[in-house]
Amino acid sequence: MSQQGYVAAPPYSQAPPGMGGYQVGYAAGPAQPLYGHLGGAPHPFSAPAAGVMKPPGSTAAGMVPPPVSSQYNPNYQQNGSHQQSLFCTNTVSHGQPPHALPSSVASPGPPPTQQLTNQMSAMNLGNYGKHANNLACVCNKTFFLIFFTELQNKMLSLFTSFVVTMLISVMNIFNSSCLALPGQFGGMMPGPQAGMQGGFPGAMAGPPQKKLDPDAIPSTTQVIEDDKAKNGGQVYCTNIRGQVPPLVTTDFTVQDQGNASPRFIRCTTYTLPCTAELAKQCQVPLAAVVKPLANLPKNEAPLYAVNHGETGPIRCNRCKAYMCPYMQFIDGGRRYQCTFCNCVNEVPVFYFQHLDHMGRRVDFYERPELSLGSYEFVATLDYCKNNKPPNPPAFIFMIDVSYNNIKSGLVKLICDELKTLLEKLPREEGADCSAVKVGFVTYDKVLHFYNVKSALAQPQMMVVSDTTEMFVPLLDGFLVSYQDSKPVICNLLDQIPTMFADTAESETVFAPVIQAGVEAFKAAECSGKLFIFQSLMPTAEAPGKLKNRDDKKLVNTDKEKTLFQPQKGVYEQLCKDCVVQGCCVDLFLFPNQYLDLATMADVPSHTGGSVYKYNNFQMETDGEHFLADLRKSVQKHIGFDAIMRVRTSTGFRATDFFGAIHMNNTTDVEMAAVDCDKAVTVEFKHDDALSEESGALIQCALLYTNISGQRRLRVHNLSLNCSSQLSELYKSCETDSLINFFAKSAYRAILNQPLKNVREILVNQTAHMLACYRKNCASPSAASQLILPDAMKVFPVYMNSLMKTAPLVGSTELSTDDRAHQRLAVMAMGVEDTQLLLYPRLIPLHNMDVDSEVAPAPVRCSEERLTDSGLFLLENGHSMFLWIGQAASPDLIQGIFNLPSLSTLPDVDNPLSKKVRAIIRDLQNKRPNSMKLQIVRQKDKPEMLFRQLLVEDKGLHGGASYVDFLCYVHREIRQLLT
Amino acid sequence: MTTYQEFIQQNEDRDGVRFSWNLWPSSRLEATRLVVPVSCLFTPLKERPDLPPVQYEPVLCSRANCKAVLNPLCQVDFRAKVWACNFCFQRNPFPPSYAGISEVNQPAELMPQFSTIEYIVQRGPQTPLIFLYVVDTCLEEEDLQALKGSLQMSLSLLPPNALVGLITFGRMVQVHELSCEGIAKSYVFRGTKDLTSKQIQVGRREATRHPSLFLQPIHRVDMNLTDLLGELQRDPWPVPQGKRPLRSTGVALSVAVGLLEGTFPNTGARVMLFVGGPPTQGPGMVVGDELKIPIRSWHDIQKDNARHLKKATKFYEALGNRSAANGHSIDIYACALDQTGLLEMKCLSNLTGGHIVMGDSFNTSLFTQTFQGVFSKDHNGDFRMAFGGVLEIKTSRELKVCGAIGPCVSLNSKGPYVSENEMGIGGTNQWKMCSLTPSSTLGIYLEVVNQHNAPIPQGGRGAIQFVTQYQHSNTQKRIRVTTITRNWADAQSQIQHIESSFDQEAAAVLMARLGVFRAESEEGPDVLRWLDRQLIRLCQKFGQYNKEDPTSFRLSESLSLYPQFMFHLRRSPFLQVFNNSPDESSYYRHHFTRQDLTQSLIMIQPILYSYSFHGPPEPVLLDSSSILPDRILLMDTFFQLVIYNGETIAQWQKAGYQEMPEYQNFKQLLKAPQDDANDILETRFPMPRYINTEHGGSQARFLLSKVNPSQTHNNLYAWGQESGAPILTDDVSLQVFMDHLKKLAVSSSA
Repeated sequence: MSQQGYVAAPPYSQAPPGMGGYQVGYAAGPAQPLYGHLGGAPHPFSAPAAGVMKPPGSTAAGMVPPPVSSQYNPNYQQNGSHQQSLFCTNTVSHGQPPHALPSSVASPGPPPTQQLTNQMSAMNLGNYGKHANNLACVCNKTFFLIFFTELQNKMLSLFTSFVVTMLISVMNIFNSSCLALPGQFGGMMPGPQAGMQGGFPGAMAGPPQKKLDPDAIPSTTQVIEDDKAKNGGQVYCTNIRGQVPPLVTTDFTVQDQGNASPRFIRCTTYTLPCTAELAKQCQVPLAAVVKPLANLPKNEAPLYAVNHGETGPIRCNRCKAYMCPYMQFIDGGRRYQCTFCNCVNEVPVFYFQHLDHMGRRVDFYERPELSLGSYEFVATLDYCKNNKPPNPPAFIFMIDVSYNNIKSGLVKLICDELKTLLEKLPREEGADCSAVKVGFVTYDKVLHFYNVKSALAQPQMMVVSDTTEMFVPLLDGFLVSYQDSKPVICNLLDQIPTMFADTAESETVFAPVIQAGVEAFKAAECSGKLFIFQSLMPTAEAPGKLKNRDDKKLVNTDKEKTLFQPQKGVYEQLCKDCVVQGCCVDLFLFPNQYLDLATMADVPSHTGGSVYKYNNFQMETDGEHFLADLRKSVQKHIGFDAIMRVRTSTGFRATDFFGAIHMNNTTDVEMAAVDCDKAVTVEFKHDDALSEESGALIQCALLYTNISGQRRLRVHNLSLNCSSQLSELYKSCETDSLINFFAKSAYRAILNQPLKNVREILVNQTAHMLACYRKNCASPSAASQLILPDAMKVFPVYMNSLMKTAPLVGSTELSTDDRAHQRLAVMAMGVEDTQLLLYPRLIPLHNMDVDSEVAPAPVRCSEERLTDSGLFLLENGHSMFLWIGQAASPDLIQGIFNLPSLSTLPDVDNPLSKKVRAIIRDLQNKRPNSMKLQIVRQKDKPEMLFRQLLVEDKGLHGGASYVDFLCYVHREIRQLLT
Repeated sequence: MTTYQEFIQQNEDRDGVRFSWNLWPSSRLEATRLVVPVSCLFTPLKERPDLPPVQYEPVLCSRANCKAVLNPLCQVDFRAKVWACNFCFQRNPFPPSYAGISEVNQPAELMPQFSTIEYIVQRGPQTPLIFLYVVDTCLEEEDLQALKGSLQMSLSLLPPNALVGLITFGRMVQVHELSCEGIAKSYVFRGTKDLTSKQIQVGRREATRHPSLFLQPIHRVDMNLTDLLGELQRDPWPVPQGKRPLRSTGVALSVAVGLLEGTFPNTGARVMLFVGGPPTQGPGMVVGDELKIPIRSWHDIQKDNARHLKKATKFYEALGNRSAANGHSIDIYACALDQTGLLEMKCLSNLTGGHIVMGDSFNTSLFTQTFQGVFSKDHNGDFRMAFGGVLEIKTSRELKVCGAIGPCVSLNSKGPYVSENEMGIGGTNQWKMCSLTPSSTLGIYLEVVNQHNAPIPQGGRGAIQFVTQYQHSNTQKRIRVTTITRNWADAQSQIQHIESSFDQEAAAVLMARLGVFRAESEEGPDVLRWLDRQLIRLCQKFGQYNKEDPTSFRLSESLSLYPQFMFHLRRSPFLQVFNNSPDESSYYRHHFTRQDLTQSLIMIQPILYSYSFHGPPEPVLLDSSSILPDRILLMDTFFQLVIYNGETIAQWQKAGYQEMPEYQNFKQLLKAPQDDANDILETRFPMPRYINTEHGGSQARFLLSKVNPSQTHNNLYAWGQESGAPILTDDVSLQVFMDHLKKLAVSSSA
């Protein structure tokens, strides 16, 4: 079994006892084949069950995935009085098959056979048998997985009058044994439960081992496909309160009819619990992921800009909420009541309008702020710094010209690229040329500023060696319009690589470079973005000098958090300075070794910037990859000097914010810049009870300076339902947003707590959420059943994947910088990005229809889906792999590569190659970052990197497989329920 | 024997020395009773076109703490080939190269006419001269253009192998790299922060690694530098309303000094600072950038209300000392209508022998011509500047050195020649003069230490040797040795002789230098009182009078002018700060303490020439009575050159008589003083302010403030109408001054 060979053989899979114990505990021990059944009566194995018997590694293509519930239109839901749940179960004493249905099971009819995936499978934990001897106890597990969706279908047909409120996937897991888990989750498990063990007759007898059919457990790809099938290409109108939008992976068109598009705001749940007690009970986080400047597809209308002239936007006098569709006009239109704070305000004279018979203003449809969920106001001088209209933003390119970067050819690459890239600076729609000013700095131990004033015959270089107190040596001529100074700039860009060609400088500064940018913006009275290209840890004697503090010994100790914490001092202050000035920092790193990314990325990650990292940069392999990132970074839609405020209706409020942001107080989210890919996750807490009738409102206002230097206020409004029924809440949960919240909160938590605690909290909360559902929303059923709410049925796979991500997995194999990098990257991610990161796309390429327009459907991220003769593309938004099976046909390879060498993907003129490249190009365009295409062959060493991304499998650096995790969670749930 | 007048003149011409007393009292007690100390004005590099330098090393006395140079006063035994040092009496053998000497074949240094001799010696590598321009860019556009022009012009005046550098400053300080192709490079420093010694170290390392970056031979970077200067822009940082531009003079100088210090220590170099306003930020700040707070005045200083004064002065003094220690001199060319902080910055030039030039604008001939004057050449085509001068004084054992006043710093060389009694810069017998011109003159103060009861034998002579080592502008190392001698005289028996050996001009200047030196460090009125006291004592000592009878008071010829000099000195801007800004006072004092005797005397008592139809031009009394309607007056105060047309002349001129052919003579009369003025203008450095005015003109004040107010509004009628012009002043006139002096001199109680 290939998996066995892979997972067990490398020495690093042996986590030391007591450290990676969670994973080990899961996997360890020979499983006792136990079986059970579901649905009352034992049935012959239905067709899908055959899949179970297939040898692992066989293709999944032939299998019919279990139908899922999502065929039902959730919009149908009218009231959430109760859901139907039906489960048959058998709670069994150890290893005793089969069992009768408990009487409590509501299902009257016999389940149709083909829908019942009644399988008996045993996890073959013997894979890890070598650990078994180390363990004090023996674990036996048996899973019975049955999907009840079709069963429910059936029932619907039986009871047509029955209103189905919620569709549930039910997993009934027959767990006959104790899971002997050492207390790796913070000791919640006291240890092997010896008493239970005793009940295992023949536990060690080594009954035939079978494997749980992976197809039987909820599949992310399936959920995605189903949602695509249902909502793909549809128009989604935002006129309904508390409406759950299609998944982020689905292509759909949004029509703004009073609530912000899900592209701007997504919530973890669209129905809030009415009271804090309920919220506490279910432990489902109440959060919204706001991506205020998200790109809209071409077929959706861009936001309207409302201009109220000198008076500025109309706002509630008390809570300062902006005019929006939720405001209630009363008193014949002379006054309006703010729905956020209930304050009654006068309508300004110029804004007065009569009301119609419905009590709506007559100009309702003419005013975006009354009819749309998202719109912009043109800000008045009151909203500008020092009451002066802002200057257009500026981009400063700051290039490290020390030895490394010169030698690698990077400096030349950047300079050459800038000549064309600067032609394409972002500009206001309809503008002739970009208003963005550009400036250039090179540096090593000292900084070189360039005067590129258009009047000059040749550029002038100004060297500043005083790095302790950075300043900008020139005002006029540093930040210029590219169009005006083009000849001088080109002259400069031609000269820079040669000027430093024989440098021997191997030390650089860093903090002074950022400081210089801030000072430059300060002097020019504008905001803007710094593009810093650095290859070394700043070791030169200057403020912000860093030292190597990478200590692998700290991994898996309580001090591990220090690896993620930035060094205090200079950079902290620098963050503040940057944010005050609206100076965003994009950092491009080209390290050959540790460079304390946690500290270096501190400023970018607080100023709405991004960090790009190219380990061991080589021109041939990484050049294009880097340039693609640079182009995206320069050209993307961005706003500067932004401040965001999230207002809510009474009863709840925003309490916590996650993102590439800076918070000076508890309410204002300050961002030096915010671009189309940056999202802020906002957590809400109850203040008071919410009413089901009025629901809950969120207004997210972003004040920013746009690319042409205009001050704008962007307002996103969203209305949510409230319910005192938890089932309503579970019904309108969104897994992708939930996991975004969990990822960000966990990644923040690891700054302050040991990783172990964080992981434990994640699992606990997962278990708690599910247990609460089970307890309160699901019909009574046997404890051995794992019942997941439909909206959260793939939640465990994401959660498991999250815990296997580099920052959260304590492994000395992983580079500290990479872990820190990922941690920071995730903090700014939106829902799409976290979804993709935590569940990468695995696309089979070997058997696709080359004539089809669409890319092949992804398959589940598991090794078992790979075929030796196959060709797969895997991407997670950051890396992209082209995996070539050992037995891939030479024709296939020849068709794509046309060469014996498999290092790059050439242009080959045949349909297959074209199709493959088209798919890759399409993916590259969609993602915020460029991804380096790595070509790996099965069984080659680099395949390790590829395998790390197969999130359903056991993690290479620790972490359970999906199935193991489900078992564990289930056991936790059972614990909670008893 | 010729007259003392001739003797003095001859000595000055040959040795550049003027002594206050040409016969020396033979004991300490008597010397102090003479009031004016035994002292001299010494011009180390006095131009001697007739003196060819010799191309060998001087022969030195072998005694370790003597090392006097062989001179005509030494006793020589030609047969034994030994010579006796006339200072320490050590007998020294001649070096082998002198084997051929005999009574008829003497080396030049033994001949009496070579009491001053110049040696060219080989010491170390010859390094080219260095000129580092430090240019203020916070100027009006017009000024900056003019300055750029002057600087570009000056490049053609520099010797082709000279190293040049350029530092510009405004809000920031930029050090320009000179030999870069394609891109103009400069290093920028913040103008508010004094570079710590560590940063200078860094800069130094940088600079020593590529010394060529900032200082380049002019022939190589001529074009580059011309372009660079051409592209020089005004400081681009905006100056808000009501503010002064931010000018980082202090840091710019600090960088300049640091740069030279790091690259070329102990090499002849000039830092040339061009400023158009006061330093307004950073170390050395003289005034803040708020225009509503004016720059300090004497009034503020007296009230202790000048908040930046002490700090800035301290900063520039430290800088000046550093620069002096490395042998680099600093020139200040300050052109602005308001003050530029010369009071604080003067020490830079005073300590390093640099020039200070003060003008209204860079766009005036006063500046351009003065600046060209810096690069004037002598008859050999060499610049009239020398670098890295060290003056050492050796004296006979009856004399000791008290100190020197002039553009020099002490080298703190304690030795047997050094007196404990300090006058001026004392406590040493060696001084460094980083930059010298042929007219640089030091006042040297000596002390007779011989005790009264150990008389010097009749006919004994004292000797002083001045040894000046310097770097000639053609980069040669040279040593000029001047050995002078004077007779000792017993003051009791030979007081008349001593009196007649009094050089009142030299004495006046020497006393004035002492006064100015005191004024720089003490309060003004005290200095005046001290000067008065000295004058009274001198008159008491040498006047002939009957006690308590002022009318009987007489002074001999050799002292007759002295009180008049003192009268004008008391009124001069060197001691009076009234009506002068602190900058002006500093400027005047700077020049007073370095010019030779003639120029110094002009400064004390300006010269007044009168032109009329009655005869050839004649010098007239500097007195209001000389201001007559039908005369044209030419007054030279050194700093100003005033042509004053009398009332009638002015009317004639207005009527245009000079244009009429029949009044050619009037035209000539008008032209004559102008021609004379032009002669002065051409030779004078710095160029004086040229003022052409007339009776009743506002500029006439320059004349009226200088003349002796013998006629004022108070005594107008008493003095009659027909001659002179009354001066509206309460100042005492020379007559009143003399009356008081006589009264006090004859009074037994004073």
